Amino acid sequence: MSKTLAEKIWADHIVRSAEGEPDLLYIDLHLIHEVTSAQAFDGLRLAGRTVRRTDLTIATEDHNTPTLNINLPIADPVSKLQVDTLRQNAAEFGVRIHSLGDAEQGIVHVVGPQLGITQPGMTIVCGDSHTSTHGAFGALAFGIGTSEVEHVLATQTLPLVRPKTMAINVDGVLPEGVTSKDVILAIIAKIGTGGGQGFVIEYRGSTIRALSMEGRMTICNMSIEAGARAGLIAPDETTFKYVKSKPHAPEGADWDAAVAYWKTLQSDADAKFDTEIFLKAEELAPFVTWGTNPGQGLPLSASVPNPADIADVEERGAAERALTYMGLEAGLPLKSISVDTIFLGSCTNGRIEDLRAAAEILKGKKKADSVRMLVVPGSARVRLQAEQEGLDQIFIDFGAEWRNAGCSMCLGMNPDQLAVGERSASTSNRNFEGRQGKGGRTHLVSPLVAAATAIRGTLSSPADL
Amino acid sequence: MEKFVTHTGTALPLRRSNVDTDQIIPAVYLKRVTKNGFEDGLFAAWRNDPDFVLNQPQYRAATVLVAGADFGTGSSREHAVWALQNYGFKAVISSRFADIFRGNSLKGGLLTVILPQEKVEKIWELIEADPTTAITVDLEAKNVRLGSEIFPFELDDYTRWRLIEGLDDIGLTLKNIDAVSAYESSRPSYKPKTLPARS
Repeated sequence: MSKTLAEKIWADHIVRSAEGEPDLLYIDLHLIHEVTSAQAFDGLRLAGRTVRRTDLTIATEDHNTPTLNINLPIADPVSKLQVDTLRQNAAEFGVRIHSLGDAEQGIVHVVGPQLGITQPGMTIVCGDSHTSTHGAFGALAFGIGTSEVEHVLATQTLPLVRPKTMAINVDGVLPEGVTSKDVILAIIAKIGTGGGQGFVIEYRGSTIRALSMEGRMTICNMSIEAGARAGLIAPDETTFKYVKSKPHAPEGADWDAAVAYWKTLQSDADAKFDTEIFLKAEELAPFVTWGTNPGQGLPLSASVPNPADIADVEERGAAERALTYMGLEAGLPLKSISVDTIFLGSCTNGRIEDLRAAAEILKGKKKADSVRMLVVPGSARVRLQAEQEGLDQIFIDFGAEWRNAGCSMCLGMNPDQLAVGERSASTSNRNFEGRQGKGGRTHLVSPLVAAATAIRGTLSSPADL
Repeated sequence: MEKFVTHTGTALPLRRSNVDTDQIIPAVYLKRVTKNGFEDGLFAAWRNDPDFVLNQPQYRAATVLVAGADFGTGSSREHAVWALQNYGFKAVISSRFADIFRGNSLKGGLLTVILPQEKVEKIWELIEADPTTAITVDLEAKNVRLGSEIFPFELDDYTRWRLIEGLDDIGLTLKNIDAVSAYESSRPSYKPKTLPARS
């Protein structure tokens, strides 16, 4: 029977299948960070259990880590305790860890791909909803809760109910200045934050095929913002080439065997998806969110919507509350909105290509006096690479702050936060109330829009410069 | 895990949709390394507003949360489930839940009940008219009862059995650990390993 890509990967990982029970699925890679693992290790200890496969497990510190003075002890004692607890657990259970100060430390979803332990056809989990990022390699990758983290540590499996499948087809050539971030923001605006609930999304079409691995990661990363369990893209030569250059790529005969398998990882031509959606690349534009969920977005050239024009009662109420929280008036052109802070970073847009794209626009210019800009590389390795290329100096000359790696202002668990009422243009993934700091107001944008906005001080695209 | 068979209490109407887990418990409250003490962070930002429903005395003892659609979107933090449980909630009713939140809740014994939006609205009306109205969430009978109303709900038999018996998922999987070993013996050698480390 013909199968979709997600169904093929699922079938290849079934350990046990029984009528009326969820499938027991084998997990090829378990990524761990400090926020969602402490209680799981504690559970193992209480039950006298061990980590079944330390060789399929890896930990790093990202959510709490400071981006300044990383050679000093973490100032916040509660953050420090959480990071110390991860270090102790890793040592006690024999888990490989990349701690602050290590060249491989960074956001867990940037670290996996750069080490080459993210490969096509795998099942990958992490106690973090943006695990969907790894789907860019044609892996089935999804976020889990702490109970499931404990389950994977103990058994290297998870009992899971088979998801439905959705195809999102994007075809054509993206207009100048339109990035993969704009594509995914447009998709979420179209299907809504609940549109993907219960589905694994496969992104397909010529637009997706033309994207780099990093562009694909940005798209898969935000699948969860559409409510999807996971998002993935069939592997191709772009994928193979990317993996080949990484430390943990298969070698010798293993490489050939791996590629032969990876080439089978495509949805069959006659495979049937439960739902299918189509977008034309030519119709897309730089996108920005105006509200407090990632589905509340519009092209940058639009104006703040009027809730009175929204037919659905629930949606109208949500829009009214969002405008109040965001301090915006209906009808205001989005490009007239002034921001205080620009955040360039996160597992969505904190990779080297994102930094290069922004630096290209900022080079030789000065930031608007009214804004501050934080540039936070996704990993210590990305930071080193950027410094080799001289990008750090471009950001510093522009007037931005060049920081160390971590999740940083994407969720403000460390000191990088918005103040009450402060407004950001952020390349991250969530514009929820208070996400970047209590009372903070977030507009989600691409690295190109972030850069142009930093120059002008108001939401802008490079075309406005 | 504590068993869930049936629960009777009072309910709290949360007339908001798209309640993401950053609202249920903001990130700054996630730093504990235990599973308790998270009640302080529950809806922390919204609780600054004295009119917020959680601050209204008539709902202080509520144990069933009745929320708008798409409850629990966003971050996978299981702390959202712990915060609701630590505060005293035993069940959450909504017309739609985000996948990860729902998975977490049913693993941890917080029963999430899906009812059609019009039934949710009916419950809101009834409890707002009389906040002392007793509400029963009955997993054995698979229904929600309040006043003269009975609303049936669905939950797959496997999850229902696990909750009623209070069974630990890991214990269940370990009964089949031989199948895991058998699967591992045929895994291809090209699959990556994190150890020994290469860089």
